[in-house]
Amino acid sequence: MKIYKYGDNVDTDVIIPARYLNNPDEKSLASHCMEDIDADFASTVESGDIVVGGNNFGCGSSREHAPLAIKACGVKCVIAKSFARIFYRNAINIGFPILECPEAVDGINPGDAVGVDFQSGVIVNETTGVKFQAAPFPEFVNRIIDNGGLLRSLKARGVAK
Amino acid sequence: MGMTMTQKILARSAGLDRVEAGQLVEGKLDLVLGNDITTPVAITEFQKAGLSSVFDRDKIAIVLDHSTPCKDIKSAQLCAACREFAKEHAITHFYDVGQMGIEHALVPEKGLAAPGEVIIGADSHTCTYGALGAFSTGVGSTDMAAGMATGLAWFKVPSAIKVTLTGKLGQYVSGKDVILHLIGMTGVDGALYQSLEFVGEGVASLEMDDRFAICNMAIEAGAKNGIFPVDDKTIAYLKGRVNREWQAFQADPDAEYTQEVTIDLSALRPTVAFPHLPSNTKSVDEAAGKPIQQVVIGSCTNGRLKDLREAAAILKGRKVAVGVRCIVIPATQQIYLDAMEEGLVADFIHAGAVVSTPTCGPCLGGHMGVLSDDEWAISTTNRNFVGRMGPTSSMIILASPAVAAASAVTGVVTDPATL
Repeated sequence: MKIYKYGDNVDTDVIIPARYLNNPDEKSLASHCMEDIDADFASTVESGDIVVGGNNFGCGSSREHAPLAIKACGVKCVIAKSFARIFYRNAINIGFPILECPEAVDGINPGDAVGVDFQSGVIVNETTGVKFQAAPFPEFVNRIIDNGGLLRSLKARGVAK
Repeated sequence: MGMTMTQKILARSAGLDRVEAGQLVEGKLDLVLGNDITTPVAITEFQKAGLSSVFDRDKIAIVLDHSTPCKDIKSAQLCAACREFAKEHAITHFYDVGQMGIEHALVPEKGLAAPGEVIIGADSHTCTYGALGAFSTGVGSTDMAAGMATGLAWFKVPSAIKVTLTGKLGQYVSGKDVILHLIGMTGVDGALYQSLEFVGEGVASLEMDDRFAICNMAIEAGAKNGIFPVDDKTIAYLKGRVNREWQAFQADPDAEYTQEVTIDLSALRPTVAFPHLPSNTKSVDEAAGKPIQQVVIGSCTNGRLKDLREAAAILKGRKVAVGVRCIVIPATQQIYLDAMEEGLVADFIHAGAVVSTPTCGPCLGGHMGVLSDDEWAISTTNRNFVGRMGPTSSMIILASPAVAAASAVTGVVTDPATL
């Protein structure tokens, strides 16, 4: 697994530029993911890799194409100091794991091996041996994730038909 | 502890007497909105989940505004999917080419947003309707699908930043300058997860189009929403547009705020934001002289009639500088008609600007004004991120319609007062 580390305010226009939004097919989105901030990302990313970002990750547009593109690349999760709120919502709603943990962001560098336990929110930098604790999701949010996303969760409750 | 305007609206929507910041609530929606980029993804999710019906065909709005009139085959296919869904579910407020406008100008104009209402839209600038005293916020496509099916959405009740406005805007200073100035103060994540609540004696002097521009860019401070109290100007705007009952909410005197900011409108200078963040602000005095090759006047932020009047007042009788392309985009068909009847469109064309049918087009680098390598644009739009309007080497300066128009005349960033 590899770490891709970026700075603050990684916006949705660099995660998936608007010129590619005319094709919401997941494979197409994945092939242009991060193109305007890291031209090599889409060609080098592999299943199980982790994206690490600073503050306000995913700021800007409401395009769900952004977490969809990262997820479609096979990225295991995004760890950031903080997330822009619509990106945060969208990731939860499509069942893509994101972890908020400023200490882990500072303590993880490209080249490190990192393990993540989504249940406990524990992030381990296996290269340095340092453990970090991410902020846990509220129970309400866990229910959405456990049901496999927002729509399934609403169907399970019988409110969506 | 009392509640803020936003908290009161969310409490009503969730059927609760009171809510607190941080609480998760499920609110009843008064409107669910989507556009031609986000709605197709919502439709796919809706169908994948096996959902069969919408909660209320009168409370869904689908506006084809981003890539329309369609710029390519893929965009045309996305619009076709929206059209088909709207027909299948007999969506009342479906706006296709000919009726459409930029969604956040169109929704208030058509009376689809009213004070006290709860609105979600699969577009980040849905926060615009806070200008009318509504709670409105941007969400993604899955939320839109869920909202269309159930009429419900989950919200974390936001804490709030109180923004007190005093004084009165001077000549060539507008709502755009207020919000750019505020984002410059807070940073692009300074209001993350929070509401921006605008109050104070300065509010009364702001026209509705200024308030729309201010709330529109609340998201650029990271905010969940921006909101204004309802006053005589709001009521005058609603007259003839909204016939249903609505409710205005005021913050309690003991409402809690995480931060309080005061902006003296009288002291505010025209403000611009340099690449690549809306928070990278300078006064026009500091920015003056920077050469630009393209000017865009339009968008959900600044494509309203007051914006066009301010731009036309500067371009009338003048010429767009040689080597500069000036693109003017009225945000709705009604605004376009009004601008024609007032002679503004003629002023633009005589000056050497082009006037387009309503579209989001260039704001997101879609069409109708994409930049080339290393070009600089001054634009009344809302984002100046890397690659937003063209290649990664292209640059965007965000500005008001007056500053953009003045810069079109000179070819460099210009304070309108110096023309």
